[in-house]
Amino acid sequence: MKYQPVIGLEVHVQLLTDTKIFCGCSTKFGAEPNSQTCPVCLGLPGALPVLNKKVVEFAIKAGLSTNCSITPRSLFARKNYFYPDLPKGYQISQFEDPICQWGWLDILVEGQETKRIRITRIHMEEDAGKLVHGELSGPGDGSGVDLNRACTPLLEVVSEPDLRSSDEAVVYLKQLHEIVTWLGICDGNMEEGSFRCDANVSVMPIGSATLGTRAEIKNVNSFKFVKQAIEYEIRRQIDLIEDGGAVVQETRLFDPDSGTTRSMRSKEEAHDYRYFPDPDLVPLVISDDWIERSRRELPELPEQRQRRFIADLGLTLYDAEVLTSSRALADYFEAGVAAGGNAKAVSNWTMGEITRALNDSGVSIEACPVAPGQLAELLKLIDIGTISGKIAKTVFEEMWKSGKTPQSIVEEQGLVQVSDSGAIESIIDEILAANAGQVAEYRGGKEKVFGFFVGLVMKASRGKANPSVVNELLLSKLKG
Amino acid sequence: MKMTTADVEYVARLARLELTPGEKELFAGQMDAILGYVEKLKGVDTEGIIPTSHAVPMENSFREDVVRPSIGLEKALANAPERAGSFFAVPKVIE
Repeated sequence: MKYQPVIGLEVHVQLLTDTKIFCGCSTKFGAEPNSQTCPVCLGLPGALPVLNKKVVEFAIKAGLSTNCSITPRSLFARKNYFYPDLPKGYQISQFEDPICQWGWLDILVEGQETKRIRITRIHMEEDAGKLVHGELSGPGDGSGVDLNRACTPLLEVVSEPDLRSSDEAVVYLKQLHEIVTWLGICDGNMEEGSFRCDANVSVMPIGSATLGTRAEIKNVNSFKFVKQAIEYEIRRQIDLIEDGGAVVQETRLFDPDSGTTRSMRSKEEAHDYRYFPDPDLVPLVISDDWIERSRRELPELPEQRQRRFIADLGLTLYDAEVLTSSRALADYFEAGVAAGGNAKAVSNWTMGEITRALNDSGVSIEACPVAPGQLAELLKLIDIGTISGKIAKTVFEEMWKSGKTPQSIVEEQGLVQVSDSGAIESIIDEILAANAGQVAEYRGGKEKVFGFFVGLVMKASRGKANPSVVNELLLSKLKG
Repeated sequence: MKMTTADVEYVARLARLELTPGEKELFAGQMDAILGYVEKLKGVDTEGIIPTSHAVPMENSFREDVVRPSIGLEKALANAPERAGSFFAVPKVIE
């Protein structure tokens, strides 16, 4: 029998706020354990949580960028369960009436066909603390609890079971990742857990109208692992069914070392979270005005920007895709064009020299030592014939190192291109006189020697001779 | 609706409470009385009324995203029954 995998994803997006969702403690990563805590996030009795407004603003932006409806009146609810990393014995989340509902993302399947993946909901919630095992200096071989992460703001983005393969799941996930990082509401760091994913996977016979029993896979913290975990799980479920067994609804943990999933027995017992509205947090009412204001503040999203680069600036689809791979890179490119650089040239240099130099030195585009305006100035010097494209690369290296303007480097080092035909002519005359043998070869029909002469002239002029003038003069002299 | 000791046991397990057989009987009767009382509300016509989640008619209480000092590690751990360095120490948790 043939089987159809069915996949839905729950993505946790850690928001880039300075403080936690319900208290003023810092969310900075890497602080000493438990140093960023207060009565609210420690879950001490009598502490009152107060909602961080920025979390709401970020959630609205995420919702609008994923075609969701923003819920006019939403509530926070308590999700009750016991776990050592959850100090209050409940997590503040949203249950009924989450802030965003009924959205979708259109993904490109196999690079061509568009497929709509529905988003059920996006809700706001607090993160739990962190448990550490086996690295404690304290008593026994217990676990340690660090509550710095407790109360960190998260969005949970829940998709409908519309995905049909591990590849589709990865494309959807990458698109969502691109949107939240582009919006600047998440740093997207998957290793540190800022963007993490649980996958609900089931299989059913092809043509069946009933979904199979699903397993929820946790702990998949890279795009590669998402693919691996889903593929392993599909295989496991099909094998199980074909051997006459049945899939059990359970939570499974992905093990990146073996590429397999295993049952989390501790979570097998049925959960009854007893959700109820949190009396400490008043209803959240979002007016149409607020939504419209957010909509106006949204940056142009990568897909829109690609289309504009192609239509208005004449870039190819490939160039537009590369340049919009991050918002910072796209901003750099646009700033270069705005400063008067030719779009095609700025695009080539941004994807070429700039990207290469950034990679070599391990610097991010945000910290690029050559500002986009400086790049535009350099390209103008090529356009007006002051320097050649070859010399420009030398000037660029110097700009990168010293931070000087291209004009000052060209002047200081005497790199101005020589277009004066008299000066070039005398160089050519000397070279032709000194290489009579090759001149004869050329005139005898061996035209390849032409490149040899160009090389000599450029060398003699220390790269400063205007190549088109050199070509023209050389040709007329050799023919003559 | 009649509350049984099985219902009490279920709720007690979720709350990690250990009850004696006598307590289970006692609480089943008390919970039954409370739920029976609340049951009366079902007779009220609530058509078109938003479910009341909060007793006080208030909405949108926010704070700005500005860092305020935390209470510090020592205070945070002061009530911990056990600590291990900067961590709260708990029995080993195995996933």
